[in-house]
Amino acid sequence: MISESSSFVKGMVLGGLFCVFVTLIGHIKMGHGTKAQHHEHHHIQAPNKEDVSNLSEGERMELSHSIRVYCIILVKPKDLGNWAAVKETWSKHCDKAEFYSSESVKVFDSVVLNTNDVWMMVRNAYKLAYERYKDEYNWFFLAHPTTFAVIENLKYFLLKKDASQPFYIGHTVKSGELEYVDDDGGIVLSIESLKRLSKIFEDPDKCPEQGGLIWKLSEDKQLAVCLKYTGVFAENAEDSEGKDVFNTKSVGSLIKEAMANHPQQVVEGCCSDMAITFNGLAPNHMHVMMYGVYRLRAYGHNFKDALVFLPPAGSDND
Amino acid sequence: FSFLLLYLQFFQVNHRSIEYQGWKGPQEVSSPTPCSKQDQSPTESVAIVSGDNATAAELYSKVRILCWVMTGPSNLETKARHVQATWARHCNVVLFMSSVQDDGFPTVGLDVKEGRDQLYWKTIRAFQYVHQHYLEQADWFLKADDDTFVVLDNLRWLLANHTPEEPVYFGKRFKPFVKQSYMSGGAGYVLSKEALRRFVEGFRTQVCTHTSPVEDLELGKCMEKMGVQAGDSRDTQGQETFHPFPPERHLTENLQLDYYYPTYSFYPILLGAQSCSDLSISFHYVSPEEMYLLEYLSRHLRPYGYQPRYQPALTAWNRTAALNPKDRVTPAAL
Repeated sequence: MISESSSFVKGMVLGGLFCVFVTLIGHIKMGHGTKAQHHEHHHIQAPNKEDVSNLSEGERMELSHSIRVYCIILVKPKDLGNWAAVKETWSKHCDKAEFYSSESVKVFDSVVLNTNDVWMMVRNAYKLAYERYKDEYNWFFLAHPTTFAVIENLKYFLLKKDASQPFYIGHTVKSGELEYVDDDGGIVLSIESLKRLSKIFEDPDKCPEQGGLIWKLSEDKQLAVCLKYTGVFAENAEDSEGKDVFNTKSVGSLIKEAMANHPQQVVEGCCSDMAITFNGLAPNHMHVMMYGVYRLRAYGHNFKDALVFLPPAGSDND
Repeated sequence: FSFLLLYLQFFQVNHRSIEYQGWKGPQEVSSPTPCSKQDQSPTESVAIVSGDNATAAELYSKVRILCWVMTGPSNLETKARHVQATWARHCNVVLFMSSVQDDGFPTVGLDVKEGRDQLYWKTIRAFQYVHQHYLEQADWFLKADDDTFVVLDNLRWLLANHTPEEPVYFGKRFKPFVKQSYMSGGAGYVLSKEALRRFVEGFRTQVCTHTSPVEDLELGKCMEKMGVQAGDSRDTQGQETFHPFPPERHLTENLQLDYYYPTYSFYPILLGAQSCSDLSISFHYVSPEEMYLLEYLSRHLRPYGYQPRYQPALTAWNRTAALNPKDRVTPAAL
């Protein structure tokens, strides 16, 4: 009895020490590449009014056409309802949108990745997108089929940002030393970031296919780790009032929170007027958002916008 | 000295992390002092921040709408409050009609009981009250429920094509029972000043009487008797503007297969995107959360730089004051 319990205790102590050791290793590996500032958080803002005033009609059109967004939507067969909704709604506003699926699906065309592992899906999708489209698009937006995106607001946000610089933008989260873009809110990479990412994919030590050292990291954290090695850091996108423009929750959830927390200023406090994404939407809600964003409006209010976007051909819900 | 530098650095960094916390989510957004909803200037009532609101502001002063909201003591906090916080702010005048006056909420206490069977009495009393106290303050008189969402700017666009002296009323047209059709109560309906006069006159002379509690049907019968026309509220593309259901139902369901709806809908039921005008005026069965959602979608969130397919002109302006040409929106080719 006594010898059994002492083995047990020895085992517990060894196991505990092992855990501590491994955790420390994990932290060291993650910490590589960061400088001293533990509390640093990167914010990135939308353009100012001054940035965009005094442009001629021609300049507006040229500027609008210079921002070319390629959309990657990662799907699995179980997402069929949302896949259809995304196909019928916001993805029509990307310069090009493609669905990258884990496996082939009869009903819809897609780029078949032949893997169920989300990190492998992310890697392969980015690799393929870079190989095929590096000369055609300058911004790459990755989303899940539960996300609704307003691509015009994304383009406005990216106005005046040089795609040949390394941008990695979205709704960021801090996890220990690592700041990453939460993929629930959508991920934006400039062509420069995608280029660097493609290179680091070749390095199995810095950017392994199998994820973290002992524990598997979520795909969005893994992406941040890989990008960090190339000198690309996540930035949280905000409007001129400091409100997030990439949202990992649905408008409905954000409104419910606002009703509970500041009932006197629900709409004003809840969400940005130039929000880019919301997440957690069922297919029907996507159709309501499409109508509410692109069509329903209050008559008699005009906007002098710096960019011009026309409705896509062959569509009637926008 | 180096300690001082370190301290300053730490202070900076700390400040930034607080900033980050502040913007993590909507919980800690600092909000300005809530402004009094009662005494709002016309500009505040119409303004969409960052927009040029000149046309909407002109319409606000030229097409004056009094809104009265059918509610009751048990709904003030759960429903009426959210109406007050959203679309009711854009009315020229708003009144909340209840059976009891409430000091904490701007209500008119009508001399009626509560209950579905009292709806027509409430409506009669409400219109009589408005006629007696507010006739000169508005040109059009809207009735809505506390679960109706209304886009006032779009209602003004519709009504700008008419005058308050016309005996006409608008809403979601229902075809049974009344020859010229009647308007759904829940989807909201709006009477011209002349229509209001005739309604009140109808009761004074007993041409109209209280025959049943079915508010919208009975009002429709009275309108027909008094020669008030049931107007066509569809937009210039034939798409409906007043809706008896929330947007989700109209946009995603096949209402042609609904048990009752085809019996009631005066106009052919259109499906999907065709079911709702860009310039929709009302939706019914809207929950409190959805009130805020629709306010956000119709007046806040928009796709930057986007040129909508449907951009109708404000055709009534030829009859009234000169309009600055740059405010005129040209009809887009479809």
